[in-house]
Amino acid sequence: MPLREAGAVTGVGETKYLRGTDRTALSFQLEASLNAIRDAGLKPSDIDGLIPYGHGAVAEDFITNFGIKDLRFSATTPMGGASAVASIQCALAVIDAGICNHVLLSLGRTGYSGGRIGARVQQMPQFKLIGEFEMPSGAIAPAQLYAPMARRHMELYGTKSTQLAEIAVTTRQHAMLQSNATMQRPMTIEDHQASRMISDPLRLLDCSLESDGGAAVVISAVDRCRDLRKPPVMVMGVAEGHPDSPSAITQRPDLTTLGLAKAAPKAFAMAGVTHDDIDVAEIYDCFTYIVMCQLEDLGFCKKGEGGAFVENGALGLNGRLPVNTHGGLLSQAHMAGMNHIVELTRQLRGEAEAQVPDAEIGLVTGYGDMGDGSIAIMRRD
Amino acid sequence: MDTTYDKLVPAPTPDTQPYWDGLKEHRLRLQRCADCGKVRHYPRPMCDACWSMNTDWVDAAGTGTVHSWTITHYAFHPGWKGDLPYILLTVDLPEGVRLNAQARGISESALRVGLPVKVGFEPVTEELTLPVFEAV
Repeated sequence: MPLREAGAVTGVGETKYLRGTDRTALSFQLEASLNAIRDAGLKPSDIDGLIPYGHGAVAEDFITNFGIKDLRFSATTPMGGASAVASIQCALAVIDAGICNHVLLSLGRTGYSGGRIGARVQQMPQFKLIGEFEMPSGAIAPAQLYAPMARRHMELYGTKSTQLAEIAVTTRQHAMLQSNATMQRPMTIEDHQASRMISDPLRLLDCSLESDGGAAVVISAVDRCRDLRKPPVMVMGVAEGHPDSPSAITQRPDLTTLGLAKAAPKAFAMAGVTHDDIDVAEIYDCFTYIVMCQLEDLGFCKKGEGGAFVENGALGLNGRLPVNTHGGLLSQAHMAGMNHIVELTRQLRGEAEAQVPDAEIGLVTGYGDMGDGSIAIMRRD
Repeated sequence: MDTTYDKLVPAPTPDTQPYWDGLKEHRLRLQRCADCGKVRHYPRPMCDACWSMNTDWVDAAGTGTVHSWTITHYAFHPGWKGDLPYILLTVDLPEGVRLNAQARGISESALRVGLPVKVGFEPVTEELTLPVFEAV
């Protein structure tokens, strides 16, 4: 398994997360990137590979603003919310091939102040099928497209809205421990149940935020990562997975299984760890249900048992599996999961604001584009 | 029929036009591989079972059973503001594919996995007829 520990996260950076700005997405992306590069103790011109999040800044923006003289690789991983974690695999592959030493993953967006999700998805090429065959019937936004997956899970397995609420409430508790989380008001299960229905069974508080800001990560080659400013966080296992009927959930044989179900066994095998070894998990949380479904597809519990798994604060800092310790997309900011990589890195460095004591091994997932999945398992060095 | 239709409309391609033409004739037509016979939806150029690009079209029976659903209470596009709340059904067709469409005349309390429904047709513009699901 050549990619196992071929590289490490050496730098992470964020901007202040906002709900309202007159700045451009590009300026957020550059600021976050600069923060990540400085966190690693590198200069912008040291970056020789770029994997920016799609629909945003392109390689030329970085060459121009950073003064990169010899960029050797640029690509995007067009998997929606699964892109950020999938780009870790891409980065390791080009590092292992000897093409790059320091690859920058970055995202900047004005999701709150710019185009909102209902309008954005109409422009995305991967939503072309949905655009022709489902949007004309009024099935437009992710909340509406994903809700039938949650409903099917509820009907098959008895999963309850109050169990989804547990995820929202725990995630909010974690956000309240963060200095850079946009949602700071306490939330109870009753608050969740009283929040307005968006697309049944998904209520407002099952849905992630729309946010302005940026986040970025530097992945460095294993032979370059140990003399930098911060201790490296080694990437032990990484994989991406694409579900059956990847762009139309309606046609998917099993509505309750995501692409992550294909990726997770590969990543665990590459890492050589078991579920009991995972001290902390940052799970892509565009919706509460998607967290629960991924916990099943990751193998932390059987299919259908996710509702029971998350009950009684199980995902809290002192629970059986601390999840989304930064507040996630639900309560910190929607940075398409780049903020999840940032947080896992901080947890494994021991510098998180809501630190899981003695966190040594953790995982991060991405989910997007109707069901694509990605996973990385990391350890402190 | 509304002359100021303000909802999203499809942009058919040569691969998909027969589907939309069928709906205008109040027929639910599904694409079928002309070589191995596998029915597929949504329409696309290639059969994923035998990779043939030869296609023909068959009329669906027009029946089905509910696989899942959502009830939308928020308008993600202004065109649907006046329709809230509306039920979107994911329906298993006997041909082996699914169809996503709004429900007509089906109460929220009647919704369950396996509920039998039948396809209906709603002309919304001169060019566009949408499928809907009605109670059996």
